[in-house]
Amino acid sequence: MITEEDVERISWLARIEIDSSKSKEYAEQLNSILDYFQQLEELDTSDIEPTYHVDDLVNVLRSDDIKPSFTQEEALENCENKKDGYFKVPGIM
Amino acid sequence: MSYSNTDGIMIGLEIHVQLNRLKTKMFCGCSTQYHSSPPNTHVCPVCLGLPGALPVINQKAVESAMKVGLALNCEIVEQTQFHRKNYYYPDLPKGYQVSQFDYPIVSNGKVAIEGEDGELVIRIRRAHMEEDPGKLIHMGSIDKSKGTLIDYNRSGMALLEIVTEPDIRSPKEARRFLDKLRNILEYLDVFDSDLEGAMRVDANISLQGGDRTEIKNISSHKGAERALLYEIMRQKNLLRRGEIVTMETRHFDEARGVTTSMRSKEEEHDYRYFPEPDLVPLRVKDRTEKLLQELPELPDAKKERLISQYSISDMHAKALVSNLKIANFYEEVASEVNPKVAATWIADVLKGELNYRDLTIDACKVEDIVQLVTMIMENKITDRSAVEVIRTLLDSGGNCMEIVEKKGLVKVEDNVVEQAVDDVLGENKNAINDYLNGKEQSLNFLVGQVMKKTRGRADPMIVRDIIANRIK
Repeated sequence: MITEEDVERISWLARIEIDSSKSKEYAEQLNSILDYFQQLEELDTSDIEPTYHVDDLVNVLRSDDIKPSFTQEEALENCENKKDGYFKVPGIM
Repeated sequence: MSYSNTDGIMIGLEIHVQLNRLKTKMFCGCSTQYHSSPPNTHVCPVCLGLPGALPVINQKAVESAMKVGLALNCEIVEQTQFHRKNYYYPDLPKGYQVSQFDYPIVSNGKVAIEGEDGELVIRIRRAHMEEDPGKLIHMGSIDKSKGTLIDYNRSGMALLEIVTEPDIRSPKEARRFLDKLRNILEYLDVFDSDLEGAMRVDANISLQGGDRTEIKNISSHKGAERALLYEIMRQKNLLRRGEIVTMETRHFDEARGVTTSMRSKEEEHDYRYFPEPDLVPLRVKDRTEKLLQELPELPDAKKERLISQYSISDMHAKALVSNLKIANFYEEVASEVNPKVAATWIADVLKGELNYRDLTIDACKVEDIVQLVTMIMENKITDRSAVEVIRTLLDSGGNCMEIVEKKGLVKVEDNVVEQAVDDVLGENKNAINDYLNGKEQSLNFLVGQVMKKTRGRADPMIVRDIIANRIK
């Protein structure tokens, strides 16, 4: 059961600001989604290996060889806020 | 002597080791040699987390992680994969860190260290691979930050997080474990400890009757010892006053030597791990045999070999192997001169002089130490002069022979010493009388005078004996 507090905590973890008057509504919606998925619990999966990847591949590896990197200009090309070759974000601590 | 651990101290460590000997990052071909480069010049779509970029695992990173596991006596996992560890902080451009979760690459190992009361085995719970985040630079002071700058050159560097069981019982043992671990990692040639951020430590610590706290942001082995000493004192004081030690994460303030609360357990992140869909699982246990064959001689084995091959003491062998370069240097010297004398001079004198100057053994040439030990063996210079030669070599360079000649350090012939003693005794009747009347220091004065006349090239112990015999 997702509570209103859970909704607020999840939004904090995801850094998404929500209107607290909507917490109840979101909790109900999330619960109905989880209820729907609950149907999967009816299947017996006790003898089945967990699926970590949908492909049957393993060991896709590369050798330790250097490939060209971006230039600093390329790296910062799509960034609005930059300073002295760095990405700049609001102060965080 | 046995260690009773009356406070019931339990310490577990988490050590982040940057596999900086690799040429490229964990999941992309960007070079790892960014340490003196301008910001954001060793980045690509993968390590910047651009949409659609696909990571590919560096094979050598996996093999390095397995080698570390084997050196720490761990088991290699049958199958493993990477997970996404989700949290929002701008040092992670993707909003998650690619890490390992339920199946770390290696687990269940052990490392023996010299504990408070003899050998202590520290169990290794696990070691898992992950990627390093970028580096943040806060502008202005912490509380009045004007903004934060980000350099992603470090982003995506291969890290190995090694986690111990809480088997450590004192700050000193914690430091010894860290020293031992660094030593092993250097022998494996998987990392260079001199580079910034090569090894970072978090420590979990609890005392009997209290909860456990985690200390973050420890950047040196000495720092780990200090942080733990402080935290033990803090927890002891709380428990003595009948207060409780709450489970929390604390930050080590290196400058002040204290730990401060960062967040309580309730504020802990929920990382919502899930399997990384962009990477397929790894099944690499079958490479174990090949990697075992590639493992170099490790510190403990080297120590035993040096003791049996060169008949040197346990103490000297330990001092030599604690630094691979010094151990190799020693073996080169020992192949040409008396290995026992070489061990004494390298382990007892040279190593100390290097440490004092913050120099590595690279500052020294094998041939100089070979010549020096030869001259000591042939009784051509005194021990005191030999120390002076080493200091001059390190401070001003040059070579051993030159220094000995230029400084006139060749030991004087016995008859010259005898002559100097005659002269000094003839010139210092008062001092002789003082000595005969029981004033011990007068003998030191007379020895000093002889040393002055021979410009320090006589052996003071021998001079002392000669004078004492002559005037008794």
